[in-house]
Amino acid sequence: MSQINQDDKVKPIDFSTKAHYLTKAFRSPFYSRQEPLNHLKEWGRWADYLSPHAYTCSGIEYFAARNACTVFDLTPMTKYHISGKDALPFLNRLVTRDVSKIKPGRVGYCCWCDDAGQVIDDGTIFHLSENTYRLCSQERHMDWLMTNTLGFDVLLSEETHNVAALALQGPTSCATLKRMGLDGIENMKLFDIRHFNFEDTQLMVSRTGFTGDLGYELWIDPEHAEVLWDRLFEAGNLHGIKPMGDEALQMLRVEAGFIQAAHDFMPANATIRTGHTRSPFELGLGWLVDFKKPVFNGRRALLEEKKRGHRYNLVKLDIDGNKPGCDSYVFTKNKKRVGTVTSATWSPSAKASVALASLEAPHGKPGEELLVEIYYQKELKWSRVMAKARVVKEVFFDPPRKRQTPPADF
Amino acid sequence: MTEINNQIVIIGGGHNGLVCASYLAKAGKQVTVLEAAGQVGGAAITREFAPGFKVSAGAHLLFMLDKTVCKELSLESAGLSFSQQNMTSTALAEDGNHLMIAGDSLQGANISSADQAAMKEYRRFMNRFAGIINRLNNRIPPRVGTKNRSDWIGLAKTALDVRMLGRDDMREFLRIAGINIYDILQENFENPLLKGALSLDGVLGTNLGPRSNNSVFCALHRLSGLQGMAVPRGGMGAVSNTLAMVAKQHGATIRTSATVSRILMDGDRVSGVELQDGEQITARTVVSNADPKKTFFDLLGARNLEAGFARRIQNIRMRGNVAKLHLALDGVPDFNGLNQNQLADRLLIAPDLDYVERAFNHSKYGEYSVKPVAEISIPSLHDDSLAPPGKHVLSAVVQYAPYQLKAGWSEEKAVLTDKVIDLLAAYAPGIRSQLVHKELLTPVDIENEFRISGGHWHHGELAIDQFLMLRPVPHSAQYASPVNGLFLCGAGSHPGGGVMGSAGRNAAHAVLGAKDIEGENS
Repeated sequence: MSQINQDDKVKPIDFSTKAHYLTKAFRSPFYSRQEPLNHLKEWGRWADYLSPHAYTCSGIEYFAARNACTVFDLTPMTKYHISGKDALPFLNRLVTRDVSKIKPGRVGYCCWCDDAGQVIDDGTIFHLSENTYRLCSQERHMDWLMTNTLGFDVLLSEETHNVAALALQGPTSCATLKRMGLDGIENMKLFDIRHFNFEDTQLMVSRTGFTGDLGYELWIDPEHAEVLWDRLFEAGNLHGIKPMGDEALQMLRVEAGFIQAAHDFMPANATIRTGHTRSPFELGLGWLVDFKKPVFNGRRALLEEKKRGHRYNLVKLDIDGNKPGCDSYVFTKNKKRVGTVTSATWSPSAKASVALASLEAPHGKPGEELLVEIYYQKELKWSRVMAKARVVKEVFFDPPRKRQTPPADF
Repeated sequence: MTEINNQIVIIGGGHNGLVCASYLAKAGKQVTVLEAAGQVGGAAITREFAPGFKVSAGAHLLFMLDKTVCKELSLESAGLSFSQQNMTSTALAEDGNHLMIAGDSLQGANISSADQAAMKEYRRFMNRFAGIINRLNNRIPPRVGTKNRSDWIGLAKTALDVRMLGRDDMREFLRIAGINIYDILQENFENPLLKGALSLDGVLGTNLGPRSNNSVFCALHRLSGLQGMAVPRGGMGAVSNTLAMVAKQHGATIRTSATVSRILMDGDRVSGVELQDGEQITARTVVSNADPKKTFFDLLGARNLEAGFARRIQNIRMRGNVAKLHLALDGVPDFNGLNQNQLADRLLIAPDLDYVERAFNHSKYGEYSVKPVAEISIPSLHDDSLAPPGKHVLSAVVQYAPYQLKAGWSEEKAVLTDKVIDLLAAYAPGIRSQLVHKELLTPVDIENEFRISGGHWHHGELAIDQFLMLRPVPHSAQYASPVNGLFLCGAGSHPGGGVMGSAGRNAAHAVLGAKDIEGENS
C-alpha cells in the first residue's frame, strides 16, 4: 500500500541523562559559569531552558556588545540535524529559497511556509558537509519536519540538547578568538563555517549572529562547554568581554532589523485565527522566495499572492522622541489605524526610538510619515503621545565591520 | 504547441477513466487511455476465474450508474443491457423463512404490519434524503472560503435543497445524517432479518459496523443512485466495454497492457507519463483514474507535492475490509426455501443487527469475521454467457476481512475461504459437493489485481469527512490537483465509489475549464 513509513527517519532524543523533570527546566551546559555571573539572580525561560534576562544590567551589556564583545548562550535555540541522500532536495522543498546555493561550509538565512504560503518560522541552514545540514530556528518543528520527510531519504534528529553554543558578538570578537588560539579566524567571511581543534575536541565556528555586528557563533559538544566558556573569558579579558542576556539582545536585533517568531509574526502552525499569519512578502522576506524552484511549500499560494498583492508590509520605523513604541498602534496622519508595532526599542547607537511594525498594505513605503500612539508611565502616572514616525529603508545599525574581512584588530 | 495542448493522457481505464475519456474526446481533445491490465474496466470487469466460468471480479451489482452519463453517452443504444433489473433483496434465514424486500414492500419472515408500514415511511424519507446527495453527485464540489461566484451558488443550492425538505424532514435529515444506522433501524423496525438486511446499506464496502457513526450517510450515498439493483448482461465488464466502445467512437485511443510507471514533470507542471517499458508519452494534461495515494505517491512522488497536501493524502482512510468470493458450481445451488427464480435475487446473509456488529468487531483488531456477512449474486441464472450450460457462478461480497490482517493473508486466505463456504452451506447444505472451483480475493488481492491502494473499493472511505469538497482532500476536490495539468477522475474523488461514472464526467468538465497557476518557469 502506498503508505510511507516515516518512523525510521527520526532519531529519538535520549532524555535519560537530562534531569529536566526535577527542575522543570533544562540547565544549559554553561549553567555553572552563568550562575555566579548572574548578579540579578533572575532567570527567564527560553525553549524550556533557564536563560538570563540580564546578568547585571541590560544597558551595560548592550554597550559591551557594540563596543567590545559579549557572550550570549544560544544553546536553547532549536537545532535539527538533517542528513542523507535527499537532504538537499528535502530542504529545498521545505524552505522558500534555493538551498543549492548554500555551499558546504556556508550558512544561509531562510524561512519556511505552510501550504498556504504563511511563514512558519525563519532560521539558518548550516551546510556542514556534503548532504549534512543543521537547521536552527526559534520554535520547535519536529512534527512539520517529519511531515516533510514523506518521499525523501533523509535522517532527521533534534540536536538542541547535544550541541552547546555561544554567540560572541561585537567589534573585539575576532581579536578575542584569535587570542584564544583560533588561527586564521580573521579570514572567515560572513556566513563561513570553520572547524578548529580545541581542547582535544572540535570547535565549530560560524561567522553569524543576531546582532547585526561583527560576530561569531561557537558550537561544541556539551562536555567541553565549560572549558570553552573559561578559555573565552580568559582570552577576552583584555577585550572587554561580558556575558549578555536576552534583554540586550532584543535591543541589538531590533537595531539590526532582524525579525523574530512570536514577536514580529505568528508561526503559522501555531496560529488559530485566520488573517493573523504573514507571508514572506509581508515580512520583507520576498528576497528569500525563489519561484524558479518547481516545488516548495507555499509556492502556489505565494504565486497567487504575487498576482493578487499582499495584505501587509513589515517596516522599520524611526520614531520621534525617546519613548520606545512597544505594542503601539500605528496611524496615518489622518488618524486612520493602519497597523501595530511588533518590536521596539530605544536605540542607543542610532540615538533614536526605533521599531518594527506590521502595516496594512499599501502603507509602509519608505519615507511615509505616520503616527505611533505610545503610552508610557512615570511614577504610576500614564501619559500618551502621538509620536511622529517615518518609514525607513535601511536598518538602524549596519557597521561596515559586520562584513569586513579581515576585521580590524584590537 | 497547440497540438500538445490538445493531448490528454488518462491513467487507468476504469469506468470513470473511460467516461472521462468519452467526454474529453467529444470535446475535441486527443485522448489516450492507458490501462495496465489486459482489458479495460478496472474493478468493473468480467473475467474468467475457472475454465468456462466468468464472473464480475470486482463490483457485481449495478445500482448507481449515473443516469446523466447514461443519457449523454447513449449507453443503452450503444448496447448496454441488463440480465436483471430492480432485483429483490432477500434476507436469508437459516430455517428457510426468508424475508423478501422489493422496494418498500416486504414479504415473508412473519413480517408484521407495523414493519410493513414503517418500511414505506423509511423508504420515503431515505429516498428523499438520498435525493439531496443525488443532486450533488453531478456537480464539481464547491470550494469553501472563496469569493468565487460558482462556489457560492453551489453551496447555496445544497443549503436550499436541505431547506426545501420542509421543517420536519429537514430536522430529521440533520439529526440522522451523521449518526449510525443501528439506532435508526431500531427506532423504526421490529423484525431482526429486516434490520440486519437494511443495515448492510450502511456498511457494505466500508470500515464501519452498524453502530459506527457515519453509517447512515453511507446508506444515503448508496441509495443516491435512486435506482434498483441490476446485473448487466455479460457481467460488469459489459459496462466497461460499452464505455470503451463509446470513448473510441468519440475518437479516444485506448491502450491496454500499458502500465504507467510515473508521471513526468517539466518544472511545476506535468509533461506526460512514462510507461513501465520506458516509453514516454507527452501530454500537457494527465488525468488519473488511479486512487489518490497511488497517483500522488507512487506515480508522481510525494516530493513533487507541498508537504501539507502530502500529509493529507497520507491520512486518507482507505483500507479495504471486504473480500470477494467466486464459486464455480456444477449445478444450481439449493438454498433452503428459495425457488430458482428467487435464487437470482440479491441474497443477503445478515440475520440481525448484532450479528453484523459482531462480524465487524473482529476487523477492528486485525482479524476477519468468524461469521461474516455476505451479499450474494448468482448471475448465471439469467445470463448463460457466464458459465457452461447447466453450471453456475456464485459471486459474494464478504465482510469483514481487513487489509491489514494481523496473522497475514498468505495462510489465512484458505481458512477464510473455507469459513465462508461453511457459512453458505448453512443456507445451501449441498453447495460443497457442487464446487468445481473457488476463488477468494482478499483486500490485498484486490489491491494487486485492481491496483487500488489498500484494496479499498471506493478508493477511500466514504465518509462525511471524505466527501464533497473534502474528497479526497481539500485542494484536489475539484478534480484539479495542486500540480498544474494533473487531474483526478476516479472514485477517490467526489462523489466516490460504486460504479457511477459521475467522477469521470465531473472531472472532464473540470479539465475543460481549467487554468494553470502560472509560475516563473511554467
